[in-house]
Amino acid sequence: MRLYDLATTIRSKNAGPFRLTIDLVLPDAETFARVLAAEGMRPEQIAALYHAPAGEVRVVPFERILTIKVTLPRAVSSGAPGDRDVYGCGQHFPLASTDV
Amino acid sequence: MDAGSTDPGPFYLGAGESFVSDAQVRSDLEPALCAVVEHGLPLVIGTAGGAGARPHLDGLLAIVREIAARNALRFRMAIIPADVPEETVLDALREERIAPCGPAHELAEEQVRSCTRIVGQMGYEPLIAALEGGAQVVIAGRCCDAAIFAAEPIWRGFDAGLALHMGKILECGTLAARPAGANDVLVGTIGPDAFEVEPANPIRRCTPESVAAHSLYEQPDPNCFYEPEGMVDLSACEFEQVGERAVRVSGSRLVPAEEPTVKLEGARPCGFRTITVAGVRDPLIIERLGEIERSVRMAVADALAGTLAPEEFSVRFIRYGLDGVTGPLEASPEPLPREVGLVIDAIAPTQELADRVLKLARSTALHQHFDGRKTTAGNLAFPFSPSDFSGGPVYEFAVYHLMRVADPLALFPVGFEEVG
Repeated sequence: MRLYDLATTIRSKNAGPFRLTIDLVLPDAETFARVLAAEGMRPEQIAALYHAPAGEVRVVPFERILTIKVTLPRAVSSGAPGDRDVYGCGQHFPLASTDV
Repeated sequence: MDAGSTDPGPFYLGAGESFVSDAQVRSDLEPALCAVVEHGLPLVIGTAGGAGARPHLDGLLAIVREIAARNALRFRMAIIPADVPEETVLDALREERIAPCGPAHELAEEQVRSCTRIVGQMGYEPLIAALEGGAQVVIAGRCCDAAIFAAEPIWRGFDAGLALHMGKILECGTLAARPAGANDVLVGTIGPDAFEVEPANPIRRCTPESVAAHSLYEQPDPNCFYEPEGMVDLSACEFEQVGERAVRVSGSRLVPAEEPTVKLEGARPCGFRTITVAGVRDPLIIERLGEIERSVRMAVADALAGTLAPEEFSVRFIRYGLDGVTGPLEASPEPLPREVGLVIDAIAPTQELADRVLKLARSTALHQHFDGRKTTAGNLAFPFSPSDFSGGPVYEFAVYHLMRVADPLALFPVGFEEVG
């Protein structure tokens, strides 16, 4: 199943002009644990998906609210020449297509 | 009130322009200003004018004075600019007191000099100095969001960790409530050991989950956030429902920084933009858009040889329907879409040159030939005449860095004015 279909909320946004943060809110503890353990959620996998340096991708679980936070550098800083998404609101894909 | 953000991108800081129209600021601010003066309440506005630099501050001050004059309001006002002189930043750079904030580049002197202006994000201390000086209305330049709301309770002696966490939640209004709303407010009430947040609007409620989830918003780490004065540690927070619609939060803690840091923001000009928008319906053109884009780039470079070197301008296609939003991160859809929305984006050193580059790119793209082409009368459906739009100057964030400072208060001088 795609993360997009598993998550109740999946959103991306700038965390400052050089960084994106993607929040994945999952419906229950079991799904949360399953997604967190998934191969596709490893920082190296996400880095490959976003053409980002692996060392700069962080995956932080926030179990109390069944949320996983992914933070990664932007390829082009917000609003600079070549950017496609000033607020970073459409960058939850390709992660959202990941099969779990 | 939090009046700004870096979210809309570098243009507003770089150009010194406001993100919101003056007319809208006037109509939003007038009832609030009249009410605080009538009831003797403090009003703190941070990140004036959207980006919080001098032109933004001056723009907001003009509106405040105009509202005050029209309504015969009298109050003591504090004005706190947040501009950081270039020399101050260069000195800090030479003394190795500057580090990237997150994944930003290492800062070079040339980048500092290239910015039209640099602002620093003030914390709560300058705001407290303004309140201490008797100001009822505080108009501040670039400001940490949480400090705007935390300054007054901290000044009155409440715990800084709790006040800052409350400020962090209040600054986004009812994004921390359900249903979430972008243009609605939360009421925060602080006590010695906890604070409560509750939506003013009875159709909304806060829940422990909605408030805890807000700690995630626009933050790289849900367990803490950083202010000039230190790190606010949320890892021991507890969220508890109070009645139907309020949530009590406790356990937020400020861990003071060994040396205060101020986040600097600066935008530098990168040329001028002109764009055109066109639709593509023909399946062969959609299939060959990549090849057409390369041909257009080459044709434009040839036409401008001797006028502009290839590295002095750029032409790109943004292809909505194919990969406009995520670009090279995702493969094109299969089958290909029936239509594609095309934006051609040209950037060059002057507006005149950007217009010229775009016009060349647009006419080449319209008539570009490729093998097997059936649509020999033209490739693009332009919805408008004129088809081209001059976009003005383009900026990028060149400074987004942390500067260690011995005395952050010295960067943000507080001035006072008797209004009315």
